[in-house]
Amino acid sequence: MDLPLNVLIISSLIKIVVVVHILLIGVMGMILAERKVSGWIQDRHGPNRVGPWGILQPIADGIKFLLKEDLVPDHVDKPVYLLAPAIILVPALVTCGVVPFGSSITVSGYEIPLQIADINIGVLYILAITSLGVYGVVLGAWASNNKYSLLGGLRSSAQMISYELTLGLSLIGVLILSSSLSLREIAIQQGSYPWTWNFLIHFPAFLAFTTAAFAETNRLPFDLAEAEQELVGGYHTEYSSMKFAMYFMAEYMHMIVGSAVAVTLFFGGWQFFGLETVGGPFWSGLISVGIFFVKTAFFLFVFIWVRWTLPRFRYDQLMNLGWKFLLPITLASIVVTATVWAFTQSKVLVGILNVVVACIVVAIVSTTLVMTREPEPVEDRGILSFTKESSS
Amino acid sequence: MELNPQQLVFYLFALLTIGSAVVVVTIRNIVYAAFSLMVTLFSIAGLYVFLQADFLAATQVIVYVGGILVLILFGVMMTSGSLDLKLKLERGQLFWGGVVSLTIFGLLLSVITNTPQWENVDIGASQEPTTRKIGEMIMKEEYLLPFEIASILLLVALIGAALISRKEVRDE
Repeated sequence: MDLPLNVLIISSLIKIVVVVHILLIGVMGMILAERKVSGWIQDRHGPNRVGPWGILQPIADGIKFLLKEDLVPDHVDKPVYLLAPAIILVPALVTCGVVPFGSSITVSGYEIPLQIADINIGVLYILAITSLGVYGVVLGAWASNNKYSLLGGLRSSAQMISYELTLGLSLIGVLILSSSLSLREIAIQQGSYPWTWNFLIHFPAFLAFTTAAFAETNRLPFDLAEAEQELVGGYHTEYSSMKFAMYFMAEYMHMIVGSAVAVTLFFGGWQFFGLETVGGPFWSGLISVGIFFVKTAFFLFVFIWVRWTLPRFRYDQLMNLGWKFLLPITLASIVVTATVWAFTQSKVLVGILNVVVACIVVAIVSTTLVMTREPEPVEDRGILSFTKESSS
Repeated sequence: MELNPQQLVFYLFALLTIGSAVVVVTIRNIVYAAFSLMVTLFSIAGLYVFLQADFLAATQVIVYVGGILVLILFGVMMTSGSLDLKLKLERGQLFWGGVVSLTIFGLLLSVITNTPQWENVDIGASQEPTTRKIGEMIMKEEYLLPFEIASILLLVALIGAALISRKEVRDE
């Protein structure tokens, strides 16, 4: 970046303001999309009363949240209770600072990269910030001083710790091949064509990453932290009006940022069949942003799609999936990628062997699980789950 | 005293580190103490960034803030009754704690004063990624053996943890 300091500061400020607003507007769009898509999936219309095609529904929702009584129960630990909804928004907002959402744009002679900060340790930064996501949930749950909240918080922290491991390890293979931690560098290296993107080379790791990203957002099928049939509302039981809305918004922001990171790391970022180089130095920048948004939107649609398709996991199923399937698959993927890359330098071979070895790992794990299956434990599930008792 | 922006940033982080560390040891609510420890660890990461040790800063946040502290909070919440526990400092603890911290302080002070070359490094000059250098030092050069020993130690700890947390199989 050889920009003069004043251009750097002004362009950064503009980028920050624009990105944060796009994120907030994206949340509104996602709320509408979620209700519309869920309606279609369930053969309903979805919201269609407020504005044409129900398009003003998120605004109505927002006004409703703002105007509701802001209730602070007597038994809560007030400072932490008030701080927790703010803390949960921070990781989502801070992560978007390193996501490259386009190539670069040339304005009055200055080439401005379309990314707030291209830092050398981009991937590590994202992992560090993701690991903070658990604090908002845990602190809110504890401060509510309510047993359902606390149970939700405990479940959530156990789940997030387990899946963070998979999230981090699934990226190692990508890092081995790109030999860079900068998100921009990783995106550029993947090239313009879908068959050279990372999701084909690291297919098992990509699946593990997506699953872990779902778990990190606490959404169905991983929403045990707020399973309303079991825990009333989980960690946000005691939160009302705008403070609840902040938890709600944080979930959608995590989805948007998670999708953007997945696009950057596995789907070639803003590149698509060379379309991002069409036009002059100004228009190609805007086109690359458009491509990035379309890709991210596709991922967001998958998020909604999965939520309204799959039922919720039981707690032991969740832990089994994380520790006995995803973790071995990612570990095997690291070993295969490193070994094959060291000896052959062939990305095709890495891609094929990754899938083969992942299948072998799944086969071994599932046979072992079936062979050593114990009778279903009825008691002694700890306080983390009482599904069994309540359902039987 | 004239403060340039760099000094201002440094003193800000130093103040945050020390202030929140004092809160950790004096506050009586265990969750508040853990929360305050988060601020301490975070500002240490900030100091690392200030020293251009970007890899170290990210690792600090991942390992301490995202890992160990979450486990501490988790442990506190899982232990019934510990939430209402009021931490109290007893006189004996105060004495021995003081002795230990003064000893460490003296040790650090002697290192600082005895370091022969203690000069300001011009930060902001180099923008080289530190990760490549660190990786090459660990995997290729003189630190390979310590690195491998540390990884074996971690592996042993991992296996031990898995073994302890296994359900005991009773003979029938």
